[in-house]
Formats: sequence, structure tokens, C-alpha cells
Amino acid sequence: MTLAPIPDPKKAVKVPDVDPQAKWKPYREGLAKGEHPHKPKEGFKILGKRIPLIDGPLKVSGQAVYTDDIQLPHMLVAKLLHATKPHARIKAIDTAAARDLPGVVEILTGTDLGPDRRFGVLPLTKDEEPLASDKVRYIGDLVAIVAAEDEWTAKQAVERIEVDYEDLPSYLKPMDGLKPVKEKIHANIGIDQSNVQKHVDQEFGNVEAAFSKAHLALRQKWKFQGVTHAFTEPHAVIAHYTAKDRLTVWSATQVPHYVHRALAEVTKLPMHRIEVIRPQVGGGFGGKSDPFAHEMAAALLAMKTRRPVKLLFDREESFYSGRGRHPTENEFGMAFAKDGTIQGLDIEAVIDGGAFASFGIISTYYNGVLSMGPYKVPAFRYKGRRVYTNHIPSGAMRGHGAVNSRCSLEVMMDEAAERLGLDPIEMRLRNLMPPFSRTINDFRITSNGLRECLETVRKASKWDERWRRMPLGKGLGVGCGFYISGSNKPIHWDVPGMPQSTVHLKIDMDGGVTVHTGAAEIGQGSDTVAALCVAEVLGINLDRIRVYAASSDLAPIDLGSYSSRVTFMMGNAARLAAEQVRRELQQAAAELTGAAAELFVCQDEKLVNQSKPSMQVSFLDAVRKAMDHKGALIARGAYNESSVGGDFKGAAAGTAPAYSMNAYVAEVDVDLDTGLWRCTKVWAAHDCGKALNRLAVEGQIEGSIHMGLGQVYSESLEYRHGNLRNPNLLDYKIPTSLEMPEVEVFIVESNDPDGPFGAKEAGEGPLLPILPAVVNAIHDAVGIRMHELPITPDRLYETMRLQGGWKKPKTPVPAPAAIVRGGRAA
Amino acid sequence: VAKILRLRVNGADHEVAAPDQAILLDVLLERLGLTGTKRGCDMGTCGCCTVLIDGENRLSCLTLARQAEGKEIATIESLGGPNALHPLQRAFNEIGGSQCGFCTPGFIMTSKALLDRHPHPTDHEVKEAISGNLCRCTGYIKIVGAIQTAAKELAPNAPTPAPSVPARRSR
Repeated sequence: MTLAPIPDPKKAVKVPDVDPQAKWKPYREGLAKGEHPHKPKEGFKILGKRIPLIDGPLKVSGQAVYTDDIQLPHMLVAKLLHATKPHARIKAIDTAAARDLPGVVEILTGTDLGPDRRFGVLPLTKDEEPLASDKVRYIGDLVAIVAAEDEWTAKQAVERIEVDYEDLPSYLKPMDGLKPVKEKIHANIGIDQSNVQKHVDQEFGNVEAAFSKAHLALRQKWKFQGVTHAFTEPHAVIAHYTAKDRLTVWSATQVPHYVHRALAEVTKLPMHRIEVIRPQVGGGFGGKSDPFAHEMAAALLAMKTRRPVKLLFDREESFYSGRGRHPTENEFGMAFAKDGTIQGLDIEAVIDGGAFASFGIISTYYNGVLSMGPYKVPAFRYKGRRVYTNHIPSGAMRGHGAVNSRCSLEVMMDEAAERLGLDPIEMRLRNLMPPFSRTINDFRITSNGLRECLETVRKASKWDERWRRMPLGKGLGVGCGFYISGSNKPIHWDVPGMPQSTVHLKIDMDGGVTVHTGAAEIGQGSDTVAALCVAEVLGINLDRIRVYAASSDLAPIDLGSYSSRVTFMMGNAARLAAEQVRRELQQAAAELTGAAAELFVCQDEKLVNQSKPSMQVSFLDAVRKAMDHKGALIARGAYNESSVGGDFKGAAAGTAPAYSMNAYVAEVDVDLDTGLWRCTKVWAAHDCGKALNRLAVEGQIEGSIHMGLGQVYSESLEYRHGNLRNPNLLDYKIPTSLEMPEVEVFIVESNDPDGPFGAKEAGEGPLLPILPAVVNAIHDAVGIRMHELPITPDRLYETMRLQGGWKKPKTPVPAPAAIVRGGRAA
Repeated sequence: VAKILRLRVNGADHEVAAPDQAILLDVLLERLGLTGTKRGCDMGTCGCCTVLIDGENRLSCLTLARQAEGKEIATIESLGGPNALHPLQRAFNEIGGSQCGFCTPGFIMTSKALLDRHPHPTDHEVKEAISGNLCRCTGYIKIVGAIQTAAKELAPNAPTPAPSVPARRSR
């Protein structure tokens, strides 16, 4: 594809005169070239073990309380009317017949609400409304909400609502939205008269020169179908406007704080009169990381009826609420020197944003800039376009913005290695960013355990003996990953200096430690991480700690469970709060014993004098002494952004306080008669810095492999005329227990200098390498390189037929250098 | 028209006035307050609502309450509370077979039915047995591990298991 230049070239970022060698030179003293030093951090009392989730016993006994489990007195049931047209103006809505039904209490439509109720997760693109006020933008958009005494009545009432639509031209292909259109999907957002919501144009270094001088240049078009989160708990919300004129909203959300903000904007209540409660959440993966229209509509309904309202989605509605991985078409250009080192990267991507902006500005950047690592890239050009369509809105899904581009990049590394006659692992090792260096767009790399990851999976998979040497139909493939460990800049800047995460501690004479955090436990184990960090610093047992993370009234703000930020940011905040308490306890121990405060260490529920271990003060005695005449000990810790990253437009996107790295080898088995293939084994090495809870890290890696494999195997949102054809878990196929391969997990601990106790993320990065590793393994098995996901058996078989049969690729054979331009994605 | 349904759930008899078309899942959640069973799809695709009916794992969202009359219904609440976990529940917790927890009651009830009829399953038999239950968090690996851990605890004197059946292709 060749994307047209943007209308206003001043908005493009062009930095021609970067000096890659200077950026890559480690900024830390004492690092030899290529050295990846990580001393294992030791001496932890509780961190680094395999700790079951602290809320686990509630979950396995069925006593964990999810939103749908909550019953309030006199509660109404709400149901939504969804649009049946992809793009249409609402001329009239007739609710009379529905209102006549006995048991119907209230009906709201967008026209009732009036204008000025817009909201959206990013402050620059507030393009959503609680209910469509003027037109509907996709099949599934919200049109009306009914409150009734019972569910059956509410459903009947929804069916009785008549909507008079005037059809508008619908835009179902993102490519069609690049040009001026007759009826923009959002009149006030986007570039000129097109449906382009966000464009990014960046160039660092001289890409043209890099490609013209290159020994080998590859260009390839790719196509990725949209996929969705498929969390097991459908969205659910309860809203209650209480007698004290306060609004309380319980919602299955990953981002209680953003829901809190959006509710204030939509309801016009000040934030202090709203409480957001996040009950147990049954999985999110990014699908619950926007404030949602249905949450707003339920709140408005509760305010109107003055009764509690419960709204529970069915499975189909959970597909409609969307925010999955963008359907993507991209073209990757990569230039290489003869030795396999990358000379330049030239990326174009058009992503299907669907009906709303969601995290779209960030998604557009991420599809390009997250290709800046983990390899040294001396020249980089990216053109990204996110285009509104009349599809279900896309958004952030595990590995946000990085997954598809990573797959393209890693498969092309493989292809380049083949053409250059190199082993693909060896070629990757030649390209590694050194630790403590910078990319040419000024991402600051700190710890980097990728070399160890690659060497580990190479050895464990017996790569050197088996790659290219397995029988036809069986193969190995390698893929690497690179992902942000939290976004350095917060998405709101209206309150300058507001920390990204704050943790409060309270310890009273009972000796129990109460942790208050707004971090959203969604199954990833954030409550457990909070407890572990506090227990480690105070040297106490986990059973002393209780985590209160549900209510915005009680918890200080944390921005939410997205962008793999919680362990890094909340973990640091928890550590800092606990260290403050520790100082008070040391002081108390000093007063009780007469020894100096700094001599005391907290361990085994005691404060022990290091120079005289027989001198000990119990934790409880120290607490009681410390609170003498003052009351309960309270402390807070906060995580703030650090001053890293470049200063050009868009520099914040992809700038993280640390990056996770990983390398996987996958083994596949292709059935030569049918094209049916299976991933049979994965060796997965992930550098998450210090693993605070090994059990949880393994769980994240295994779960990521499941989700990433689904995108290669079978997952795809299939539309017909704008209508999603497979909004259920039978037709949208996520892998079952039978499709899951054997997985061997290797945790590489690079120990990050800025992470809490050396930790980095493990929640999203582990998804990235599985896709390319499998695609590369299929090539090793049968000689077919697929450039479209998912690789369904029929698609693989058809590609084989067109290419004239299965063929085991040869051991690397140097091919003549050439400019190779891949054709249509196939 | 509401009728009186007589249901025996977790060893206790209940009389519930409900229409003929009442779904067992709705009755369990909304009438009996047994919210440990989860509603994930309401159409038999995810397995979150699995309960035991006369010892067999059944999807309560596809079962009319009246079909379960005169039978023994068991939900996750019958196994044990948070302080007195059943070996299956304990293994799911300790091995890491539960992350967000929403699919967990369904998985535990399915595996209870499996281990009751087949105390020493191979890994592949476990995978087959739970293939109707979907989990999006764990990748199933630690779930299989948890079930096998519980199996060893529940029936420690296992005969040496038969050689495992070669993996069947499922798609």
C-alpha cells in the first residue's frame, strides 16, 4: 500500500539527523559491549515464591462476589435496545407501546438526554454518548434503555420500541474511509472530510538511504482479522442514586477511575458525589478498560427512577461492546545488511477503528513505534491511519497495538534470515538493543534479558539439532517480543502532578495491615502483589494483610489495570508506603530497646537488631509503641511519571519506565492431507525483571499463549454487511483445553533498576512472541509463509495448493540479495 | 403459570414457585441465592454454569428447573467454603488453576464429576472432560495440573495409569 501524505505536513515528525551509535551506547558505566548483566536479587523473604492469590479461596468456593451477584432491595432490571443498522439517522423513537406494558418503570432514549453528554476514555476524543442522540454508528450501538420490575418485562418492552431510521451510507472497509466521504461517521473528529480518526507520520534517520544501500530489502503486505477479548464474565453494572444524592455504581471494570470521571461528565454530578465500586471482575484483557455507554445509561436511569438498577449483558452484547484488537492491514518494509543487522524499518498500517475512538490515538502510535525494540533500528519510518468504520469499536486488547505489527516484524526477520543464509536466532542475537541504552526515538531501555531468553529457548527446544531437520509437517519457529511496562505519561493532564498510583496503609493496635489501593484486581493478582510488597517490606505474614481495592470512596486513585502498569506502578507505591511505616517501627524499636533505629530489620514478624540478633521486638509491640498517644499508623506511597522519553510530538506514546522482553520457540505439527495444524509445544522465556510471584507470572505467560494462539488458530470477528456473524463462543472459537500445547515457562529475571524490587510487567508482553513463533514454525514444517491471520486449515491448504505443494525449507541457503516485494497478503 | 417445584439442592429440599419454563440457573441464582454458579453465556457455550445433577455435570443454563425435580442437584457451594476447601478447590487455588475465578466453579464441578466416575484420569482424559468449559485466563495448563493434584489426594492408591491415548485432533 502507499498511503497518501497527510494534509498538514507540519504535523509529521521528521528527525533526519539521529546518531544511532550514540543512542545505543550504554548510558550506564561499566557495561562491556553486548553485556547483559543481571545479578539475581536475593534475600527476599516472601517475594519470588509461588504464592496463591489471596482472594483465591473465595473464588474456588464460589463466594467471590461479582457484579451480577449483588442484589439490592427494590432493584429494577434494565435492558438495552441496540441499533439494527450500521449507519443511520434516528428520525423518531416511539416508546408508547413499551411504556404501556405493566411493570415498565422508565425508558430513556438519546433524545431525552439532550446534548452535552459526551465522554470517552481519552480526553481528546470524547465521541461516545450514553445513548445515541442523533444517529447510530454500528449494529449494536445503544439506542434506548428500559427499566422494569423484572427481566421478562424489560425484554418485552425493548421489543416494543419502534425506531424510525433514515439509512446513511455505511463505511465497512477502512480503506474506503481514507478518502473524503459523503457522511463522516463523526462529524467533528478526524482528518478533513475523511473517516480517518488519527494519523501518525514519523521518520527518524534516513529510511530511503537505508533501503537503497541495503544488502536485502523486503516488503510485505499483511492482513489481520479483528479479535476480541472473550472474557468469561459478561459486562454488568448496578447503579443506585441514594437518598443522600450520591450516585453509587458497581461495575465490572478495569478502570474504575476513568469510569468515575466519565460518570461525572455525563451525569453532571461532581466527582465527590459519585462512588465507583469494582466488585470481583471475571477477566478483562482490555475489554473492560473503557468507560462504557451502558454504564452511563444505567446511572442516568437510576437517577431518573431513584431506584437501584441492574444491567447485565448477555454474551452477544459483550461482543457488541467490543474494544478488541483492530482489524489491521499493514505493509512492513525491512532493510538488512549482509550480516543480518537491521538497516531500516518502513511501516504503513491502516487499522479499523470501528465506530468510536476509544484508545485509538494510542493504538495508532503503538502499531508503529512499538517496533523500535528489542532490536537496534537505525532508521525508522511509520505511517499509521486509524479509520472510523461502521463496525464494532476496536480498542485496547492484551498487547495493545503491538501484537499484529510484532507478528509482521518477527516473521520477516525469519524470512530475511532464510534469504541471508542465517540462523534466525543467531540473526536476532546480532540485532539486540544493549541494556541501558536508547532507541532512536528516545525510548529509554533499562534492563534487558532478551539474550538470556533467546539462549534459554534455543537450548531447551534443542533448536540447533531440530530446526530445519524435522520431518515434513513438523517444524520449529522462533519469535521475540518487546512491551511497555506501563505508560510513562498518564492520559489525563488536568491535575498536574497527580500520581499514577497511590497506596494507603493503616495499622491499628490489632496488628492487621489494611492496604487501600484503587488498582483493579481483574484476576491478574494485583491484590496479591499489593499484599506481597507490603509483607516483604514489613517482614510480616500475608495473613495480617487485607486489601481494600474496590471502592473509590475508600481507595486512593490508581489509573487502572491496563498497559501492564499495575505491578510496576502500584507495586512501587505499596513499597514506598510500607517503607514509611517501617521507619516508624524501627524508631519504636529503638525507643523500646535503646539501640539505634537503623540497626533493626523487619523479618519473621519481628524487628531484629542486626548487630545483636538476640535483641528483638515483636511486630505487634513495635506497632503499639509507634502509635502511642498518636493512634493508628497511616502511611502513603505514590508512583509518579519519570522524566524519560523524547520531546517531539507523540513522544509519550510507547515511552515506558521499563520494557519487558521475551523469546519463544513453538513447535507445530501440520496434517498434510487437510492443512489442519496444531501447536504441540512452546518454550517460553520472559524477562519480567524480578518475578514477585512466580505462580502469577507463569499464569500470565500460559494465558497469553492461549490468547495469542487463538488469533493464529481460529479467532476472527466475521461481519456480513456490518453485522457480526459470530457473536457467541461457539462460532467465535477460542482455544479449548484440547488445542492448548504443552508449555515450558522460563522466567528470566533481569532485575529492573526502577521496578518494585526489580520487577517489570508480565501481563501483556508474553502474548507477542507466540504469533510469529507459530507462523515461523509452520514455515519450517511445510515451507509455507502465511501473511494473514488466522491461519485456518482451509487457508493454509489453499495457499499450499497455489504454491505447488508442501515443501520442507532447506537449511539456510544464501539467496542473491534483492529487493523483494511481497504481493497481496495471502 | 407458576407451579411449585420441589428441588433438592446440596442436600436440602426447597419448594420454589416458578413457571414451567423456569431455567435451573435462574432458580439457583435468583430464587435460592446460590450465586457461586456463574452465568457466562446463557446458551451452553462456556460451561461457567456447570452443576451436578445426580452426579453428572450438566449446564444449568440449558436445563429446565423442572427437569431436575426428584434429582440431587449439587453446586459449588456443596463442596466447601473458603475455610474448608474440598481437595479440588484447594488444588485450583494452590496450583494457580483460577485467576479471575469466573469459570472456576464450572471447572470444579466438571472435574468433580470426572473424578467421581474416573478417579485416575490421564492428562488427555482430563482435557477431554473439561473441553466444554472455557477459560480465558489460564490457558488450562494449571487447571489440568490442579485436577491431577486433587486426583492424587482423593485417590492416593492409584493403580499405575494406563498408557495415555494419543492426542486426538479436535478441530
